[in-house]
Amino acid sequence: MKQSLFESRHQPQWQAFAEQLKQLEQGKRKAGDMADFPHQYRRLCQHLALAQERGYSSYLVDPLQQLALRGHQQLYRHRSRLTANILSFVLADFPRLVREQWRFVLIAGLLFFGSLVVVALLVYLFPELVYSIVSPQQVAEMQGMYDPEASRLGRLADRAASEDWMMFGYYVMHNIGIAFQTFAAGLLFGLGSVFFLIYNGLIIGAISGHLTEIGYGQTFWSFVIGHGAFELTAIALAGAAGLQLGWALIAPGRLTRAESLRLAARKSMQMLCGVMLLLLIAAFIEAYWSSSTTTAAWIKYLVGAVLWLLVAAYLTLTGRTRHAPE
Amino acid sequence: MQSAPLDTRYQIETPEGIDLPLRPAGLLPRALAFAFDLGVRGLAMGILLVPLALLGNIGIGLGSLLLFLVSWWYMVLFEVLNQGSSPGKQVMGLRVVQDDGTPIGWSASLIRNLLRFVDMLPFGYFFGAVSCLQHPHFKRLGDLAAGTLVIYRQQPAARPKIPQAAPLGLPFTLELNEQRAILGFAERQGELSAERVHELASILAMPLQVPAARAAEQLNGVARGLLGPT
Repeated sequence: MKQSLFESRHQPQWQAFAEQLKQLEQGKRKAGDMADFPHQYRRLCQHLALAQERGYSSYLVDPLQQLALRGHQQLYRHRSRLTANILSFVLADFPRLVREQWRFVLIAGLLFFGSLVVVALLVYLFPELVYSIVSPQQVAEMQGMYDPEASRLGRLADRAASEDWMMFGYYVMHNIGIAFQTFAAGLLFGLGSVFFLIYNGLIIGAISGHLTEIGYGQTFWSFVIGHGAFELTAIALAGAAGLQLGWALIAPGRLTRAESLRLAARKSMQMLCGVMLLLLIAAFIEAYWSSSTTTAAWIKYLVGAVLWLLVAAYLTLTGRTRHAPE
Repeated sequence: MQSAPLDTRYQIETPEGIDLPLRPAGLLPRALAFAFDLGVRGLAMGILLVPLALLGNIGIGLGSLLLFLVSWWYMVLFEVLNQGSSPGKQVMGLRVVQDDGTPIGWSASLIRNLLRFVDMLPFGYFFGAVSCLQHPHFKRLGDLAAGTLVIYRQQPAARPKIPQAAPLGLPFTLELNEQRAILGFAERQGELSAERVHELASILAMPLQVPAARAAEQLNGVARGLLGPT
């Protein structure tokens, strides 16, 4: 068949298909109402194959190719697990994933909490050490924040709701940003994650050791214990996700490095979604519960301990049964 | 299907058994797209932060949420919800797709945009640029991990007029690529100078058995013959 005959015979079909594509792309019509779309798409593919095989002009083949590509984009899609089943992710998949990657979680946890505890003890025993880790300016700022005298004065009047709001926004931005950094830096063969885990551990450890040593322990610990359960766990998990990326590059096994990285990235992304969830909860607690001054310190310690147990139980026990609630 | 060795085209085969060529975009258009996005983000933050600053503490809270959204989610939201194009990519005519040509999803988009942080290390997109320049399909590190590809969105080209000539059949059969070459010659004549047309056509004067001066006309006739009824 000659090109012009082929073209004039099928042109209306191609135009109709292009029209359908446009509506789908602009989201005006749902894919469900277009029952004949796959049929039309396959017919177009057949026409394209014929046109190529018969050596028709590229001014005919190229537009057909573009139509086929657009059709392909509409017909074939990756099912997105994130939006599809958030519930089963929260109730089973996330803790399962954490347990499955227990090696990385363990290493990240040891790096982060290990450096935190060691430095906190060191600073407690040798107080001047704090100035070699944290700048004097930041130390003064922290002291101001947790000074028992000043905070009693400042917080006697109940904190306005607007201030809680401000802190919530700040915590979300700041903490999730840190978690993202800790994760992404893992691409540098895991070294970046190791660095950020230890670095954050050092800073937090130094400040907590210092504040305890100068006698601000009560205000500090009662403030941080509640949200710390979620926040510190989340940072360790973000580091574990980053280490996983790095390890995929160091020891890809039987896969190529690129392939192994792709698979690891998909897994660690799921872990990171859980981390975001934990950090959102942490920011919420930090802004609305940890900062309240009307509750006694012992209640805060109690609630904090319960929250730590809750997080630990969630990560170790949830989703153990084969058919988890879905 | 044959592919030229010096071509950056990236072929994907669909389940229907046809090959679709994608054209990956290189460093420069992508850098320009990113610069545009950076400008848009800066502008949006500037405009939104002024009224928020007047709101006091709530404003600061909303402002930092906004800053978080804009710095980490701007690209992801646009790529997933807007056919794989952030505004900058839209302006440069680019889009992001998965390696197999399907639209980008939440998880792939998140991976490639979070790992942008590493691409920016140690300064000014150094790792990203190196990775992009050495990869056959111009992928930066985030693209490698997410399995994505930045391609040109193609606009159909306007169809040129083929010069008038009497349709003509040839006494021998043409191979497919010869047929494509003759059609290509006829279609592109408008972009070439008369001398170049003459020079190209005269290569074929011998097999067509016509004098070199008439070769171009003869080829146009053959092209007409290939397109429509003889």
